[in-house]
Amino acid sequence: MRLATSLRTALAASLLAAFAFVLIGPLANLALWSVAERWYTPYKLPVTYGTRYWEQVFRPTGDAMASLGTSVWIAVLTVVVALALSIPAGYALARLKLPARALFMVLFLLPQAFPSVAIYINVARVFYQLGINGTVFAVVLVHAAHGLVYSVWIAAAAFGAVDKELELAARNIGASPLKTFFSVTLPLAAPGIIASGIFVFLESLDEFTGTFFVGVPQVMTLPLLLYNAAMGGNYQVASITALILLVPSVLFMLFIERFLRADVLAKVGA
Amino acid sequence: MSQRQLALLLIAPGLALVAALFLYPLSFSLISAFTGPQGGVSLDSFRKAWELYSRDMLFTVVIVLASCLFTGLAAIIIAGTLTLGENRWIVGTLKALYRWPLFIPFIVAAQCMRTFLAKNGLMNNSFVAMGLMEPLQAVSFLDWRGIIATFVWKQTPFVALLLAGALAAIDRATLEAGRNLGASRLRVLVELALPQVMPQLLVALVLSFVTMLSVLSVPMMVAGSQPTMLTVDMAFRINAYGDYATANALGVITYLLSAGAAIIYLKRGMAGKEVAP
Repeated sequence: MRLATSLRTALAASLLAAFAFVLIGPLANLALWSVAERWYTPYKLPVTYGTRYWEQVFRPTGDAMASLGTSVWIAVLTVVVALALSIPAGYALARLKLPARALFMVLFLLPQAFPSVAIYINVARVFYQLGINGTVFAVVLVHAAHGLVYSVWIAAAAFGAVDKELELAARNIGASPLKTFFSVTLPLAAPGIIASGIFVFLESLDEFTGTFFVGVPQVMTLPLLLYNAAMGGNYQVASITALILLVPSVLFMLFIERFLRADVLAKVGA
Repeated sequence: MSQRQLALLLIAPGLALVAALFLYPLSFSLISAFTGPQGGVSLDSFRKAWELYSRDMLFTVVIVLASCLFTGLAAIIIAGTLTLGENRWIVGTLKALYRWPLFIPFIVAAQCMRTFLAKNGLMNNSFVAMGLMEPLQAVSFLDWRGIIATFVWKQTPFVALLLAGALAAIDRATLEAGRNLGASRLRVLVELALPQVMPQLLVALVLSFVTMLSVLSVPMMVAGSQPTMLTVDMAFRINAYGDYATANALGVITYLLSAGAAIIYLKRGMAGKEVAP
């Protein structure tokens, strides 16, 4: 009996090891490529290691720093646009009497529920006619529309989780509706709204398809640089760019639970 | 101003953006797909799309369905182990590991797999080093298998996260009762736990289905050559020929593929189920 138990544990442990290999292996390969100065067959590991490509990427005049700047700038603008649209919308959806509320929730969801490539090629055509293709403005609009479902749904959930009694108390001691909103409702909903902002920021930072159709060749974000480097066979630059993109994603994964409280999460989509 | 008018006023700017950047291009793609070269309603674009890309349509469906299937299986194993596992060390390690790819962008996943699954990539090299394989047996997985592997790698944590959450919320008493009656953990998982969380599993898989159908970077970077996925064909029709009619016909086909999935998704979404961002 004890032998069977330890056999099972050994089997489970080896399955877990295989899982870890499959999960971590691709990331380890990426990390290896970022410090490999020379790596060719038949060598199983890089022939020489070094940070030459890191210096190349992080050189102030390097493409990567410029792309990182463009990416962050676009992501910040996207968050501003998405929050400016979703805070009022989220408040209306959570707190005000709205005819056909479910229909509006679904309308904000639609851009995520359809395959996006066919949408983007037509957006690019329209932007081209308007003369705004290849501008940061165009890319921000596309990213904001893409991120709107998260920001609207999470904002609605965050406003929904604010205790109505507190708002009533503020009104009772004479605060105006606007004053109540800015001094009670908004601060209490802020953690959820910040979480949605972080989410939109990351979505924008990582977005490839929309930028590929609407931004190239004038707007070069990190994902586009990564794509070009990978297709051009420069695995070091591609891997370093990929690692830069990984950092905020992994940080977010580690901290999301602190930003997004369980009671807000439970209300998303409700 | 009534509360209703205020509410409509507050959501109008957001709706305007969705209308301009989603509803309008969506309508345009539908109209363009059904318009013939001389104007008027026609199915010419679909005929051309079928002649050129019928193989890729099948390829796309097979890839996405297979990826969903494997993602679902992997997520069930992970979530099941997390919920019913008895060895704390194994459960703890799995918990710490499985979420890593959750927020990794598809393009980064594609770059990882591009090097990992190559003929001389880390995967084959490790197998050779461990003596599991001869160097000459190494083959590149950078084709349909690579796309499926990348999709499953990237989507499994998301599905597993939703599933583990749902499993944690179900009544433990029934599961304990099953265990006390002598059912194995596998049986408890398959016969008692899974049926209760099927809706959540289905929603997660439908979301993954639509996501995989939309990804352009993975098929371009991991498998490049023919046959390929419809997203790549659409990009090619536009960038090489400026052929909107055929590209939009392919687009309408991807809408149809996801339409059934989207209907289930919307139904679940409106039923007020938990949807993690």
